Amino acid sequence: MRTPYIALLATATLALTAGAGRVAPSAGGTISGKVTYTGTPPKMKPIDMAKEPFCARLHAAAPVLTENVATGPGNALRWVLVYVSAGEQGAASTTETVRLDQKGCQYIPHVLVLQPNQPLDIYNDDSTSHNIHPLAKVNPEWNKSQPIGAPPIHAKWEKPEFIPVKCNVHPWMHGWHLVLATPHYAVSGEDGAFSLQGLPPGKYTVTAWQEQFGTQTQDVTISGNETKTITFVFKATPY
Amino acid sequence: MGKLFALVLAIITVISTAFFVTHTWWLPVDISAHGHAIDHQLSETMISSGVLFVLSQLALAAFVWRFGDRRDGRAVTTFPGGVTPMVIFAVVLVGAEVLALTFVGSKVWAGIYQTPPDPNSLQIDVQSEQFAFYFRYPGPDGKFGATHPDLINEASENYFGLDPKNDVSARDDIVVPTLTIPVNRPVALTLRAKDVGHAFYVPELRIQQDFVPGLSIPLHFTATQTGKYEIVCTQLCGLGHYNMRAYIEVLPAAQFEQWLKDKAAQQ
Repeated sequence: MRTPYIALLATATLALTAGAGRVAPSAGGTISGKVTYTGTPPKMKPIDMAKEPFCARLHAAAPVLTENVATGPGNALRWVLVYVSAGEQGAASTTETVRLDQKGCQYIPHVLVLQPNQPLDIYNDDSTSHNIHPLAKVNPEWNKSQPIGAPPIHAKWEKPEFIPVKCNVHPWMHGWHLVLATPHYAVSGEDGAFSLQGLPPGKYTVTAWQEQFGTQTQDVTISGNETKTITFVFKATPY
Repeated sequence: MGKLFALVLAIITVISTAFFVTHTWWLPVDISAHGHAIDHQLSETMISSGVLFVLSQLALAAFVWRFGDRRDGRAVTTFPGGVTPMVIFAVVLVGAEVLALTFVGSKVWAGIYQTPPDPNSLQIDVQSEQFAFYFRYPGPDGKFGATHPDLINEASENYFGLDPKNDVSARDDIVVPTLTIPVNRPVALTLRAKDVGHAFYVPELRIQQDFVPGLSIPLHFTATQTGKYEIVCTQLCGLGHYNMRAYIEVLPAAQFEQWLKDKAAQQ
């Protein structure tokens, strides 16, 4: 009877600690805005997972779509990394463990941002084996098999790098580990919105990176606690 | 002891032969137009090698029965009829059988694999890679787009390395992970491998053919029964080999045409 109580207490403490870490700094400016596209983007194609019946069944009602160019209402672009590439970069935080899930034969999230040496736990939530293979070039490349029910794989990346990740068993599984030295980053949501908070006054170069369309940059000057709004517009082509 | 051993030997021979004669563990249903020739060849091989197997095992049992329990200590130095004629007889008999099977068997194999496909065959391109199969149909224009290995990109589902930006015929190509075909229509596959050697094996189709990187290997067949069957890789191709499979779905002609139309609309 005592064990569940202790577990509950531990969970509550953890939740509180984690919550405290995420409180947005009250001081500093904010750069927020939206990432959109003009033109015709490639179609988000349904992924047929027939080869893996377990995952195919999970998505029978609504097939998963390709995420290399993920669009939303109002020409929004999802999964775009927006970060401070020049200016006061701030100190990278490496304490909180980042979680990557392999669920329904998909990487969740598709774009995962990490700081150098930040602990990363990779889970296999599926009733099938996965083989995670980050195609790193600056950091050491590795590839590990994770059978059904295997414990999470603990990993970390030492150097900043944008690493494409694939599953060696399921060719359609594709994601990114973006290792950034700056803690000032955001990944655009379904509505294309992003927000960089807690920026000290100063001049910044803000870069938006989309895995297929490349990068765009904008210079922004922040004074005091002001909020600046910027928009990134990528030119999309269907092929 | 010798007589008991002879008896056990004879019983094992009879029981194991009975499994084959009664087809206890036999081939799965044949769903191909050519499969009967393979099955016939397999039966002939089984019968001719089976008869020799039974005869030699029973002869062994008979000799053990006859000579196994001699207690007088005399060595057996002679063989009835002499050893040399026996050895020559055995070599000629087995050699002739192997040669005959090879000759007849390769004729059957060549009749299936080395004949040109029907000119009206449904053309499908097959890409094998660690650890999946992908199938490509030419789309409404009837033309396959050219493939460029450097453009292969799994993230955008470009498993064949098509170049839709510059190649109009590639834009309507249909790429799916399940081999969907109409029943009773000849199908001509072109097998390609992206990385290492793989194999295309469908027991129900009586077809097994390797993929070889760098080669485009033609393969044709006609499926005669609708249903869903498994395609497995039978060439050890790496860590995920055990999980390298796809399905073949044989549909009635009208249903296949509808499927093709639906897929074309999605491109």
